[in-house]
Amino acid sequence: MASLPAPLRGVFPVLLALLLLGALQVVVGQLPFFVYLSSVVGVNVILAVSLNIVNGMTGQFSIGHAGFMAVGAYVGGKLALEMKDLAISGIPHGVSDQLQLLASLAVGGAAAGVAGFLVGLPSLRLRGDYLAIVTLGFGEMIRVIVSNLEVFGRALGLSGIPQTSSFMMIWMCVFVVVLVARRIQDSAHGRSLLAIREDEVAAEAMGVDTTAYKVRAFVISSFFAGVAGALFAHFVPIINPGSFTFVKSIEVVTMVVAGGLGSISGSIVAAVVLTLLPEVLRSLFLQVGGLEGGAALAQKVDQIRMPVYGILLVILMLSRPQGVFGSRELWDAFPRWWGRGRRAEE
Amino acid sequence: MRTLPAVTAALVLLATGCEKKSATPAAPAPAAPASVAPGGDSILVGEIFSLTGGQATFGISSRNGIEMAVKEANAAGGVKGKKLETRVYDDQGKPEEAANAATRLVNQDHVAVILGEVASTNSIAMANVAQPARVPMITPTSTNPKVTEIGDYIFRVCFIDPFQGFVMARFARDNLKLNKVAVLRDLKSDYSTGLTDVFTRKFTEMGGKIVAVETYNLGDSDFRGQLTAIKRANPDGIYVPGYYSEVGVIARQARELGLTVPLMGGDGWDSDKLFELGGSAVEGHYFSNHYSSDDPAPRVQKFVAAYKAAYGRVPDALATLAYDAAGVAIDAMRRAPDLSGKSLRDAIAQTKDYPGVAGVITLDDRRNAVKPAVVLKVGKDKNYEYVTTINP
Amino acid sequence: MGDLVQHLINGLAAGTIYALVALGYTMVYGVLKLINFAHGDVMMVGTFGAYAVAVGLGRPAQSSLLGVAAIFLVAMGGCALLGLFIERFAYRPLREKPRLTALITAIGISFTLSYGFQLDFGPLPGAAPRAFPEIIPPREWLVFGDRTVVIWNWQVISLLIALLLMVALQALVYRSRFGRAMRAVSFDHRTAALMGIPVDRVIALTFMLGSALAAGAGILFAIKDTVVQPLMGLYVGLKAFVAAVIGGIGNVPGAVVGGLLLGLVEEFVVGYSSSSWRDAVAFSFLILVLLVRPSGLFGTVTAEKV
Repeated sequence: MASLPAPLRGVFPVLLALLLLGALQVVVGQLPFFVYLSSVVGVNVILAVSLNIVNGMTGQFSIGHAGFMAVGAYVGGKLALEMKDLAISGIPHGVSDQLQLLASLAVGGAAAGVAGFLVGLPSLRLRGDYLAIVTLGFGEMIRVIVSNLEVFGRALGLSGIPQTSSFMMIWMCVFVVVLVARRIQDSAHGRSLLAIREDEVAAEAMGVDTTAYKVRAFVISSFFAGVAGALFAHFVPIINPGSFTFVKSIEVVTMVVAGGLGSISGSIVAAVVLTLLPEVLRSLFLQVGGLEGGAALAQKVDQIRMPVYGILLVILMLSRPQGVFGSRELWDAFPRWWGRGRRAEE
Repeated sequence: MRTLPAVTAALVLLATGCEKKSATPAAPAPAAPASVAPGGDSILVGEIFSLTGGQATFGISSRNGIEMAVKEANAAGGVKGKKLETRVYDDQGKPEEAANAATRLVNQDHVAVILGEVASTNSIAMANVAQPARVPMITPTSTNPKVTEIGDYIFRVCFIDPFQGFVMARFARDNLKLNKVAVLRDLKSDYSTGLTDVFTRKFTEMGGKIVAVETYNLGDSDFRGQLTAIKRANPDGIYVPGYYSEVGVIARQARELGLTVPLMGGDGWDSDKLFELGGSAVEGHYFSNHYSSDDPAPRVQKFVAAYKAAYGRVPDALATLAYDAAGVAIDAMRRAPDLSGKSLRDAIAQTKDYPGVAGVITLDDRRNAVKPAVVLKVGKDKNYEYVTTINP
Repeated sequence: MGDLVQHLINGLAAGTIYALVALGYTMVYGVLKLINFAHGDVMMVGTFGAYAVAVGLGRPAQSSLLGVAAIFLVAMGGCALLGLFIERFAYRPLREKPRLTALITAIGISFTLSYGFQLDFGPLPGAAPRAFPEIIPPREWLVFGDRTVVIWNWQVISLLIALLLMVALQALVYRSRFGRAMRAVSFDHRTAALMGIPVDRVIALTFMLGSALAAGAGILFAIKDTVVQPLMGLYVGLKAFVAAVIGGIGNVPGAVVGGLLLGLVEEFVVGYSSSSWRDAVAFSFLILVLLVRPSGLFGTVTAEKV
């Protein structure tokens, strides 16, 4: 890879991922349940990795990520509904759908980014725990606003959004967010963020414009939360205010904290495990317990998920506050030549 | 940010030319393997309800109703020589979980038919999975019109929100002779919003006046602010199309504040919990419902007795409608030539004069049941007194 | 005019609860600099404890003076123990760790309690709301005009109990040895330890005190709204936190004023503006206060220590 010309080196991993995901799309496209599950997992991975940029790398603490997700979902979803009956002429409908999806992802993400800027600029001056409460308040306000607006369908939410999100598109977005997070981590920008995390006053004294860096990190993070929201809107047939509660925010926080604050691969692994675990347990109970007892047990899985998240957070903080991975990365274990642009699971 | 060129390209393309899609249907729906006759010698019936969370009593009643219908059908020899089996999933009251559960029912369990949800939001989420997969779905109690608009595989055995709003508006105007009514609705619930919209339109049309509109959130327990504001408007009655969990408390606090006018609501009131939460304060208020367990018709009394024997309580409307929904599905299975999605759909669509417990069911061309509603008055002995029947 | 008075009464009643819960927040923040996110859920547990005792006592006993006292004592004592347990095993090990670690733990405990109580197997209560027994049989205490304004006996009793608790707390903090120790720990716990103050014990006692107050507030809340449910602590807790911030977190009279203020403002937004924006009020208040005067109405401005 070292022999590649410099401009290509940046694009190469993207092209490679595109090809790979395209091929996978052909294979798994016929397995709707798998596609659904992998979509849920993908969205959660995007949320976790993007939240990690703020909570992990910068050491700020946002517990309102679902609010930004809601902004992306509603704005992207609304745009998709407006464009629903249109298609771009001259190209196959499938391609046109994907381009429209891309457009609504971009718009949803941008809207969330703007919201992130508006929230971040004033409130990032606040100290950690206060900031946490303000982001929580923001998330709740988004819900109140959406519930009051006729354009966003009030309590019923938006339905009929074209279900155009595909395996390939979701995992491409995962790839992009991981790539962005990694580039930030390795750059001078990322070092400044780390400095802020470790000691804000010292960072400031060393000439780091802490507010500007924090706001930038916040905006990038919100942008991807918005993208995740827009993707969510394109594979869940209906979005309503109830999907973006405080509980969702805490779910994402749990993923980030469990994986390790500052570890991208940690977030990925935690998001995948915590999303799949209930599914696996549910199937397992159904298989083992038979229809009668199994179904009852499987039902309990849904019920105990939230308390388990709570206990998990407490145990993690007491025993390993840096999370399972700490701030190490999975790919650090591989030799350097393994190609540093790849995702952890590959 | 490597996506940037792609995004720009998309926007440029969008700008260059758009056309109406309607001419050609978008990519043909993935032809799911039309639920291959479920394995072995049983037919799987999928159920999705909220068995945990705030409205869990609704989900549990519904599940009981279906269980009873399935047991009876199996005792009568099953369908086409096969036994029926149910597969139940809990969606915790969340639409994304409902969609997830529907995907599982369709793709893993290969059910013949899906029965479910009470909340319309969740039914819509399920319908969006069932329709493209061509698996028929019947919702027992989702009253929002949008549910069956999703496609020709989605049916319901209850009336729709507009009708409940219509019924109560007529009852308020014609029977109670009210002129000024205040509305207190649940901001977070699509159900409450739907009923309010139609009630408001119909009531105003009939010459009444809406003097105040206040809202609350599911899970609130202090409604004094709203009720005091309503009291200021001095209405003759208050329309509270919410769920029992809040209505009981609202009734108490209304009485406490000296509001003695009647409260009116919809089928969301129907639960034993209403009496527990509201105490004597809920007495004398009215709500529209699907049926009355006091109905002397033998069909109703037979069902009420059987249900009492099995679950130790009088069936609420949820249980009854779920029983009917399962009944319609089983009836269609018997009539259908085979159990593929297509034939079953056609058989359900042809349902005519099916003798349901909660009224005779005929499905119209929009796949909604056309049937009357009853108005009940909350009585002194934790019961509902039948007041009147209002026809569509 | 009548409705204005009625709104005032409603707002004060809601504000009293916020104030009592806010006191717990403020005290814990004072000694530990920790936002005890689980405080509202401790309140919920206390209320369910009271519910269990009241139902256990049965009809006539639950509303006798002795019965009511037993309900309050058991719930408040139980909660004090719960608070002690949480402090000992969840917060104390983290005292020297970064502040966020403790906050995450607090969120974890909050989730465990509020969603754990929603489970409906074993002795757990399940998600559906329950009617709280009328431990103070409602009677009209004062009626104005043609029933335009009605004041009930329990409203007066609740207010009295709340005031009593607040005065007792104020006396404890400013007039007792323990209160002085508490203030010393709040000022600087390392120095306090050097001066011979048993810091661990003071913090534990503060936690117990705050939790007991929360249980008391929870019972008053349940008497007011006649219903208990597992998620009741989440919102009340958040709003009480906002109240504490408005009054200047760490400041006892500030928490009371903040709570009453928030209760009244919410009530008047519902009464004279639109009820659908009620939940936005608290958070706009919070953001506004934090941006304009982060130390709250009564807090003293302190420079961040490095």
